[in-house]
Amino acid sequence: MTTPNADQTQPEPEQKNDGPVIVFDKVSIGFDRGPVLKDISFSLDHGQTLILLGPAGTGKSVLMKLANGLLRPDSGSITLFGQRIDTMPEKDLFKLRSRIGMVFQESALFDSLSVEDNVAYRFNEDGMAPEEAHKKVEEVLKFVALPEAIEKFPSELSGGMRRRVSIARAIITGPELLLYDSPTGGLDPITSTTIIELVVKQRDVEHTTSLLITHRLQDAFTLATHCWNEKDSKMEPLPDGKVDETTRFLVLNEGAVVFQGDTHELVHTDDPWLKEYLA
Amino acid sequence: MAFSLESFTKERLGALQEYSLLSARAVTNMFSGPRYWSDIFSQMDSIGVGSLPIVILTGFFTGCVLALQSETALQEFGAVSRTGSLVSLSMVKELGPVLTALMVSGRNASGMASELGSMKVTEQIDAMRALGTDPTRKLVTPRLIATVFMLFFLTIISDAVGIAGGALVSVTLLNLNATMYLHTTYASLAYGNIVEGLTKALFSGFTIATVGCFFGMNTEGGTQGVGRATTQAVVVSSVMIIILDFLISRAMIAFFGT
Repeated sequence: MTTPNADQTQPEPEQKNDGPVIVFDKVSIGFDRGPVLKDISFSLDHGQTLILLGPAGTGKSVLMKLANGLLRPDSGSITLFGQRIDTMPEKDLFKLRSRIGMVFQESALFDSLSVEDNVAYRFNEDGMAPEEAHKKVEEVLKFVALPEAIEKFPSELSGGMRRRVSIARAIITGPELLLYDSPTGGLDPITSTTIIELVVKQRDVEHTTSLLITHRLQDAFTLATHCWNEKDSKMEPLPDGKVDETTRFLVLNEGAVVFQGDTHELVHTDDPWLKEYLA
Repeated sequence: MAFSLESFTKERLGALQEYSLLSARAVTNMFSGPRYWSDIFSQMDSIGVGSLPIVILTGFFTGCVLALQSETALQEFGAVSRTGSLVSLSMVKELGPVLTALMVSGRNASGMASELGSMKVTEQIDAMRALGTDPTRKLVTPRLIATVFMLFFLTIISDAVGIAGGALVSVTLLNLNATMYLHTTYASLAYGNIVEGLTKALFSGFTIATVGCFFGMNTEGGTQGVGRATTQAVVVSSVMIIILDFLISRAMIAFFGT
């Protein structure tokens, strides 16, 4: 399928930026209980998928919220689409966030709204005609293989279905950047695979720049070693044991970056901690 | 001990600052778009129409009991005919606005805190921000407008049914003349009394909405946190209503002299 809303007007031409989509430069943040992230630096280029790995509680979700301006760093700078967001007023951030789609760890669907209203949330906010929004919601729900759920409420859906609705809500506007916060967290292996399939489909069909958190190594390697076959409409392994060139890894431990690089570098690392983590 | 006192003070001052900022943002949002009219109307329905039964019941029986109690006291001075005056002044200046505000606080400050609190702990507030919507504009401002607007009219209704309740008791139980009751009621009410009562309603409405939303938006710690936020919202808004009642009464006495 093509982008549900390939004809959307965004991004505005003057905001086009040819440099990296996200740049973190020596970013640190702490809360009452102490520092969470220390001197984090990395960048994410157009069309790349960066997989964020690391044990629980290392600040992966915090990093993702920093990337979206939902949290502000204590020090360092964060650049998004070429604009500094760590000092940007919240009012301007709202505009910038319309170019980003985010899938939350627990889906974070609005439970007082139906699936249709959840998915069409941005369109309704922008005052799009209901018929047009409905058509786009139908398209995107078909993309996430959940067309029958359109009239349901989040409380009537299973965990996997909620996650798919959450993905639909994030991709419906055709964002330039997608943030997935543990999209497979708490799901059974079969449902996890269907979610990863969706991520691969979005990556290979729309080539959206993505940042994805996972604690399941298996999912991370599936992403790196599989591609989307548009003809057969299914995910399949890359031939001859190849890996996806656009997929890169960032591994965090105790609030610091311990590895960043591609799949090949990750599996051939010499770092003893990383070896043990990957084992 | 000194350290804990310091951190306690810091925490409270921080909360006061957050509350002031939230209230200021909620008010300034009214003067710029986008405005969420459908949210405003649905909140008006839930806060105003939803609170109508308890406000009518409370107002009516307060008026009844006021007439009943005042009769014994007034009889000592041979002033039973002034029952209507006492009921109407007490209702319009004091009991109507305060009791209505306390009822709405118990019903809606808790409702706002628990609703927004649940949204906060399930990351729905963050999701809203991530989708490019200002949660203060979408969630707090409509509740503020709806509460201030509806509490104003709920107070008028409460005053009216309170006076009617007083009339019913005076005529049926105290054998007073209905015309006399209504005449003294009308004659004793001055412009300043009505302004005083309705000013209290406006301030109480502001307090209920901002306190309820503040505790909701700052909820932390899962479902237990939602429960805590709800309790705190009702306690703080109720206490603030009583304190504001005193302050406004004092200011009005200085202004109108009654």
